Amino acid sequence: MPSQIAATLRTKAASAVPTDKYLSWGRYPKAAHEHVYRPAWSDQVPGIMQAAPSGSLLAYGLGRSYGDSCLNADRALVDCRRLNRILGFDESAGMLRCEGGVTLTDIVDVYLPQGWFLPVTPGTQFVTVGGAIANDVHGKNHHRAGTFGAHVQQLGLQRSNDGLVFCNRERNDDMFRATIGGLGLTGLIAWADIRLRRVAGPWIDAELIPFRSLAEFIGLSRESDGRFEYTVAWLDCFAGKNLRGIFFRGNHSAETRQTSPPKRGPKLPFTLPEWMLNRYSVKAFNELYYRVHAAKHGPSRIRYDSFFYPLDSVRQWNLLYGKRGFLQYQCVIPETNVAAFEELLERIARSGMGSFLGVLKQFGSAPAAGMLSFPRPGLTLALDFAMRGERTLELMRSLDEVVQQSGGALYPAKDARMSPAMFEASFPRWRSFVPYIDPKMSSSFWRRVTEAQ
Amino acid sequence: MRKIIVLGATSGIAVEVQRQLARRGYDLLLVARSPERLAALQSDLLARGAAQVLTCPADLARIEKHGSIFEFVRRSFAGYDTVLLAYGSMHNQKDSESSVEILLDELNINFVSASALLTVFAADLEERRTGCIAAITSVAGDRGRRSNYVYGSAKGALSLFLQGLRSRLHPAGVKVITIKPGPVQTAMTDHVPNASRFADPELVARDIVHALERRSPDVLYTPKIWRFIMSAVEHIPETVFKRLSF
Repeated sequence: MPSQIAATLRTKAASAVPTDKYLSWGRYPKAAHEHVYRPAWSDQVPGIMQAAPSGSLLAYGLGRSYGDSCLNADRALVDCRRLNRILGFDESAGMLRCEGGVTLTDIVDVYLPQGWFLPVTPGTQFVTVGGAIANDVHGKNHHRAGTFGAHVQQLGLQRSNDGLVFCNRERNDDMFRATIGGLGLTGLIAWADIRLRRVAGPWIDAELIPFRSLAEFIGLSRESDGRFEYTVAWLDCFAGKNLRGIFFRGNHSAETRQTSPPKRGPKLPFTLPEWMLNRYSVKAFNELYYRVHAAKHGPSRIRYDSFFYPLDSVRQWNLLYGKRGFLQYQCVIPETNVAAFEELLERIARSGMGSFLGVLKQFGSAPAAGMLSFPRPGLTLALDFAMRGERTLELMRSLDEVVQQSGGALYPAKDARMSPAMFEASFPRWRSFVPYIDPKMSSSFWRRVTEAQ
Repeated sequence: MRKIIVLGATSGIAVEVQRQLARRGYDLLLVARSPERLAALQSDLLARGAAQVLTCPADLARIEKHGSIFEFVRRSFAGYDTVLLAYGSMHNQKDSESSVEILLDELNINFVSASALLTVFAADLEERRTGCIAAITSVAGDRGRRSNYVYGSAKGALSLFLQGLRSRLHPAGVKVITIKPGPVQTAMTDHVPNASRFADPELVARDIVHALERRSPDVLYTPKIWRFIMSAVEHIPETVFKRLSF
């Protein structure tokens, strides 16, 4: 407390914004920023952009990108969290207009009681609308609904050189497609129109099915995709060839009973010591997770938050991985290439470095909403790895080989280390995106994968 | 209490307070300078559950405009029962030391205009023998410090003003709440070092809304710990205190 008081009562002339607070979700790499702007009103943004030197800015939301796509090392961030006003809602069309800093939590809290839900939601509701668009995020209903960007009808994009640009699929359609999945590089997303979807209530009719092979997973996925809006699987990445996992599928329930809004869960108060997370503790966790869920198999009616956002119930769970943080590896592999997928799992199992969060999902064939959208037909796998230095990076490079040979791709929102060659292989048309980049915007990720200054 | 006037509706703390009031279905009248910001706030608060949101664009620092604000209230928001004064300004102290103009501006916004405005509303509520006046001052007003005494003295004067007003309005049954926040993470404090350790505006707003609904306590410190901190700070002897650089 004394330090707080001292800090509090001292009012020096300084622009010292606590830039060390701005990390990505993986807490790796740790970037220092030269300045952080925190506009409270959208009318302040043009001034910030005009005054900034070229290539110096990046919009920052809730920092849920895992690697460095939300960081701008040694340059500046624009923290958009205060730009969080709901600007209007057209009930007849379910069309919501809101500022870029509005969070998915805000939207669900306000509109679910009125019978509306997000058209697409990622595995956490702690993201901003701007972030969801800039990463063109996907969810468990990708096979039905495509990505978040597919439900954005219109955008107000603040550009440093040409002001507030309206874009939709007719007007400035190329800028619209560049901004969806554009990693925040095309400007600052001031507001967006998003089409919400009707639901009866907050309940999901869910079903859990244990599976013991990749073929079984693919079979389950094929069989479920027609009947279930949401499908996803948890995978035990230690199991190697003796693959096992739990398949989750669900639909919005017709049940209309309302519930009290979800409580804020407990919070991990500090980073865990690294030794606590080792192959034995994680193996034991996975064993337990598998058994508990396998025992629960069958249908049940659960609340939307425990179906979509199980990890949100422990705030700051990312501190679990210790001081050095963690990396997530999310790739997509064309479905025709099951052998590559098995090779990938084999390499992970052999390394002994996998961890709890193996998530497997079959993407649908919807056309990409943005120029740099990640989802494409195939199987996507997401895995967390505690950062343990060179051997972690070495494993990931060896996974890259498999992904690249299979014709697959890596997800920028999860990445902290892919090589420019791997980026090129994942997004061979990235150069046609470059003309849409705002001259004032840049990011650590972009400079790294394009080897730009 | 269902109808609240917020003076300085676009201030960082007011924005959070209004959101929580909106969720509880209040009627709100927002007064602030920028029509564009008021419009954004209005749609946001309506979406989040406010029963009614009216806006009145006005520069509260200009005392000659106060009459027209009150006229607007009488015409369009009669029957209001609570007034929350939430605006303020914190310049860099060094600027007030070298420029009398900035000094007077700081005193005018934080004290002179605020007390003028509250006098108008006090007369009205006193006559109606009902209601509540709440104003956000600051813990900085509890003791004059080297680094922030201009802002502190204006807020301290406002606290004294409210103290007297409370006593004056007591027989009429009108409550007066002095809200003394510790440092809060808002745009006003972004330039202060270590601002990230300051209180979360959402938590401060929760305390304020709670006090508005209960019309109590007379003096609210938020976060609560500041009551104890300031009581300790006030007890430091002046001979020691004058040597402290904070």
